[in-house]
Amino acid sequence: MRRAITLSLLAAALSSAAPALAQTVAITGGTVALGDGSEPIEGGTVVVRGGRIVAAGRDVAVPAGAQRVDATGKWVTPGIIAGFSRIGLIEVDAVNATNDVSAANSPFSAAIDVAPAINPRAAAIQVNRAGGVTRAIVAPGTAKSIFAGQGAVIDLGHDMEAVTRARAFQFVELGETGADDAGGSRAAAHVLFRNALREARDLGRFATPIAGGGAEREPRASDQRDFPLEEVPDNRLISAGATRPEDVLLTRFDAAALVPVLQGRQLLLVHVERASDILQVLALTKEFPRLRLVLVGATEGWTVADRIAAAGVPVIANALNDLPSTFEQLAATQSNVARLRAAGVEVALGMINDDEARQVRLARQQAGNLVAIGRLPGASGLSWGEALATITSAPAEAVGLGGEIGSLRPGRRADIVIWSGDPLENASAAEVVLIDGVQQPLDNHQTKLRDRYRTPTEGDLPKAYER
Amino acid sequence: MRFIPCAAVLTAALLAGCAKNDPPASASAEAKPRTPPKTYSRDPFPSTYRRYPGPVTAVVGATVFDGEGGRIENGTVVLADGVVQAVGGPGTAIPADAIRIDGRGKWVTPGIIDVHSHLGDYPSPSVEAHQDGNEVTGAVRPEVWAEHSVWPQDPGFSRALANGGVTAMQILPGSANLFGGRSVTVKNVPARTMQQMKFPGAPYGLKMACGENPKRVYGGRNQMPGSRMANVALMRQTWARAQEYRRKWDKYERDGGEMPTRDLAMDTLRGVLAGEILVHNHCYRADEMAVIMDMAKEFGYRVSTFHHAVESYKIADLLKANNVCSAMWADWWGFKMEAYDGIQENVPLVHNAGACAIVHSDDPNGIQRLNQEAAKALAHGRRMGIQVADEVAWSWLSFNPAKALGIADKTGSLKSGKMADVVLWNGHPFSVYSRPERVWVDGALLYDANDPKRRPVSDFELGQPGEGDVK
Repeated sequence: MRRAITLSLLAAALSSAAPALAQTVAITGGTVALGDGSEPIEGGTVVVRGGRIVAAGRDVAVPAGAQRVDATGKWVTPGIIAGFSRIGLIEVDAVNATNDVSAANSPFSAAIDVAPAINPRAAAIQVNRAGGVTRAIVAPGTAKSIFAGQGAVIDLGHDMEAVTRARAFQFVELGETGADDAGGSRAAAHVLFRNALREARDLGRFATPIAGGGAEREPRASDQRDFPLEEVPDNRLISAGATRPEDVLLTRFDAAALVPVLQGRQLLLVHVERASDILQVLALTKEFPRLRLVLVGATEGWTVADRIAAAGVPVIANALNDLPSTFEQLAATQSNVARLRAAGVEVALGMINDDEARQVRLARQQAGNLVAIGRLPGASGLSWGEALATITSAPAEAVGLGGEIGSLRPGRRADIVIWSGDPLENASAAEVVLIDGVQQPLDNHQTKLRDRYRTPTEGDLPKAYER
Repeated sequence: MRFIPCAAVLTAALLAGCAKNDPPASASAEAKPRTPPKTYSRDPFPSTYRRYPGPVTAVVGATVFDGEGGRIENGTVVLADGVVQAVGGPGTAIPADAIRIDGRGKWVTPGIIDVHSHLGDYPSPSVEAHQDGNEVTGAVRPEVWAEHSVWPQDPGFSRALANGGVTAMQILPGSANLFGGRSVTVKNVPARTMQQMKFPGAPYGLKMACGENPKRVYGGRNQMPGSRMANVALMRQTWARAQEYRRKWDKYERDGGEMPTRDLAMDTLRGVLAGEILVHNHCYRADEMAVIMDMAKEFGYRVSTFHHAVESYKIADLLKANNVCSAMWADWWGFKMEAYDGIQENVPLVHNAGACAIVHSDDPNGIQRLNQEAAKALAHGRRMGIQVADEVAWSWLSFNPAKALGIADKTGSLKSGKMADVVLWNGHPFSVYSRPERVWVDGALLYDANDPKRRPVSDFELGQPGEGDVK
């Protein structure tokens, strides 16, 4: 049998070169957490081949001829998935030219698609990759409309092909922000929403498919919920011959972009925080039965947890909101996530308007805190395995990609992190990061600054020569 | 008696303890007039803080970080009459009437002190009507005092206490202005009035800011400062005026004569030049901090602390030489241009150079997890080979901020006779899995995780959804 190789030699086994990708690699000896909510397994094994997970867990046989990577003393998990983020859309928040989150002077809203704005070389992508984040759900932000546009799921790999799924969802604001975007009231936001879906319905009815990606078929009623979410073609190319009524507010592109939302072929992520707003969103499915909703935020969700659970709508929540920072978050508590889970709601962690462009690496600290509060009388916390799931499989499931990413179950993409210790602990760090089975570089602007200023004083030449 | 504020003191015999209310003592005895000239109060909004009662308490068997780098395994900490009575090993004498708390498997530390908070002046809910931290009507506003904006009912205070183990904090004006105004240091004790929170005997601070914020706010209005060079020019011009003001008032308070015109802005700057008010300077970039330190020398004052200081690691040697603290985040970066070079090793690199390092929050959420922020910084330092012991790193959270605020003789470490501002943690306080189990301020138990009655609920939260819930 081959000798186990050390982590530093892993690069040789898992390089980005195509021949190595075909190589079978077995990561052995580490504490393995699958990311599916189960508890970690000491001395587990993860087998990777062709950029996918072959097997992971206890008593997994190492295939003959596999390269062994010894992870004894380390922890092995799926890569972290940022459940709601704006990573890749911003270099420096306050430098407008580098900030592609929202477009206050654009004539478009729902038609906006973030995919072309993603910069795989953004410093934040490098820095958060080094922090063990391998994928992110990236949403645009609203400006003049309640509809922000279409978000993407991306990877944080060191290559120029970042987009895992373009147009994975439409993002809409229906709370305080939505009221403001709509002109001043929640009621106005709800009218705008209904009108927009009416315009989408009218357009969808008259549309004829055109070559290169036009309107899709209407799904059958039996498709509901079981209809697999696929990459939605660019519906802005909907047939130009489709007639529209005269009383329209939306541009043709915006209306066309909402057709797959109306048809239930594209997820609708809705940001609301207040309990009453949550219930209003759940009620939308009475009028628009094919909507496939995901609640974003839901700080007061725990107060109506049973109704969210009954609706079968997943939630992407801020982990640690516990301040009444707005009047729509009066019931904020760090127990929100665990109370939702206890009611049967699927919950992922996201960073909603909270350092979501640069600091998604903090997701694991937030997950750790959700374990911590379980030890406080009166508070509700998560088990360790559940907490890890909120930043791995749960966000993947929320956007319909649980079969592809977010866990170490067989067949998933080999997004794997080997950590120095318990990944939810403050002291642990990512030591090896794989995306699609390819080992990633972890050096970046920050690590290079660190190395340059290890000692602050100059040597024989200025600091500019030290690198 | 120790917390009776000077304004309430009527007997001449006690006046000696109230030096801060008196005009500065003259250096030459013969120049002193028979009756000192009438002058202005240095303390017109005096602290009315009173410690709450607490029984004699002994925490036994815990690991103790004393805040100054000391560590005691199986330690005993005795709190009595509002102060730390004893800290020692298992042999420490425990008064017969003491309540004994089993600390085995737990940790005891000094309460965390946040040197940079806006609780109360940017309170929750964060509505327009509550935006009271920046006086954006002029870049030079040393006349405003943060304490006049502090809303004691900010629910954030209770979160900082219960989740963060924060027992004291400095509340600062914001950074829109070059001279943002005076800060106030408070005990983290729920109160009806700001004065009831005010830390007795703590000096005032002056918030200053360099860099992007002032030039953006005023340059955007075609006002000065519109550039970094104008930032410095306007600061220097203002200090020059303050020197003149100080000369006039020093002469008057020494020699009498006609009372000079009063200027509240200049009062604050005079206090800085006299060493009575400590400068807390918001500054990100290394090159700008170097300029500020030279400016301070030019006008004869000292910067206590650079706040945010994301590039302190580039000039840690200079900061040490100038004896200036850096109050830093563990890992914030990139939200604006001057924060682009933030690194996760900033805190340990500053510490490693022998300069004063502080972990601060500037945030109502971050203040709840300063122990975790220090833990991350500590771990990043160790990974690059900077070995700092846990108990030494705790100085970033209590003793160093106490020094920066001029209250290290009163709190910030567990030394006999100091204020009993103490946290009992349910596990290692650098672990993500640990939380405060009990928090004492001046020996009064103000939070107990096991007792819902020892959980403060602000007026704002009464009758609201989630009132009295764990937060």
